[in-house]
Amino acid sequence: MDKNVVLVVFAKILVPFILLFALYVQFHGDFGPGGGFQAGVIFATGIILYALVQGVDRAMAVMPPAVLKPMMAIGVLLYGGVGIASMLLGGHFLDYGFLAHDPIHGQHYGILIIELGVGITVAAVMMVIFYAFMGEQN
Amino acid sequence: MALLLDLLSFAMLLGGVFLGISGAVGVIRFPDFYTRIHAAGVTDTLSAGLILGGLMLQAGLTLVTLKLAFILMFLWITSPVASHALARAAMHSGWHPRLSD
Repeated sequence: MDKNVVLVVFAKILVPFILLFALYVQFHGDFGPGGGFQAGVIFATGIILYALVQGVDRAMAVMPPAVLKPMMAIGVLLYGGVGIASMLLGGHFLDYGFLAHDPIHGQHYGILIIELGVGITVAAVMMVIFYAFMGEQN
Repeated sequence: MALLLDLLSFAMLLGGVFLGISGAVGVIRFPDFYTRIHAAGVTDTLSAGLILGGLMLQAGLTLVTLKLAFILMFLWITSPVASHALARAAMHSGWHPRLSD
């Protein structure tokens, strides 16, 4: 690692911006291009860049596999939970309008929570796949 | 004034496109790996600057210009670093530049 000074320094500069851009794509997804899937992939890209430059061990210290495995399930649970919640509140599955008193607010909350679930699952799955490939190599 | 800005931005866009195409030709035509990444890396930097500069002149003083400036900044950081990493990896795996024969 001591020889790759240029890569290490510029990855250090870029990784925070990549993570910030992922959050922007995540939460700006209902106004502009973007959404949970893209945001999850961009977030995973930031961590993967860190792992490629600093070594997988240090990346695993930041994002341990023990945390990623529950994250994969939590995203799906959020998605399904919103669907079940809207059913319990009197609508169909994923009928966001019933989530709040005002249907427009309900749709706003619904899409944000759903996209958050998608983003969490996609980011966690991408990182787990990357770790699996790296583990195979060692 | 508007005409002047338009002419300047068209000139910059055309210059950027010319550099981009010449970089692509260089990637295909140059003899070995190092000269090829030289063609790609060097022309990409200036061509991105010219194209995004021309677009900034079209956008005026708006948020779009700020976003374009950020894109330009990140391209100027990542493109040379990527070329450097490629050349380094090639050198590291024992691929030496072709010298004149």
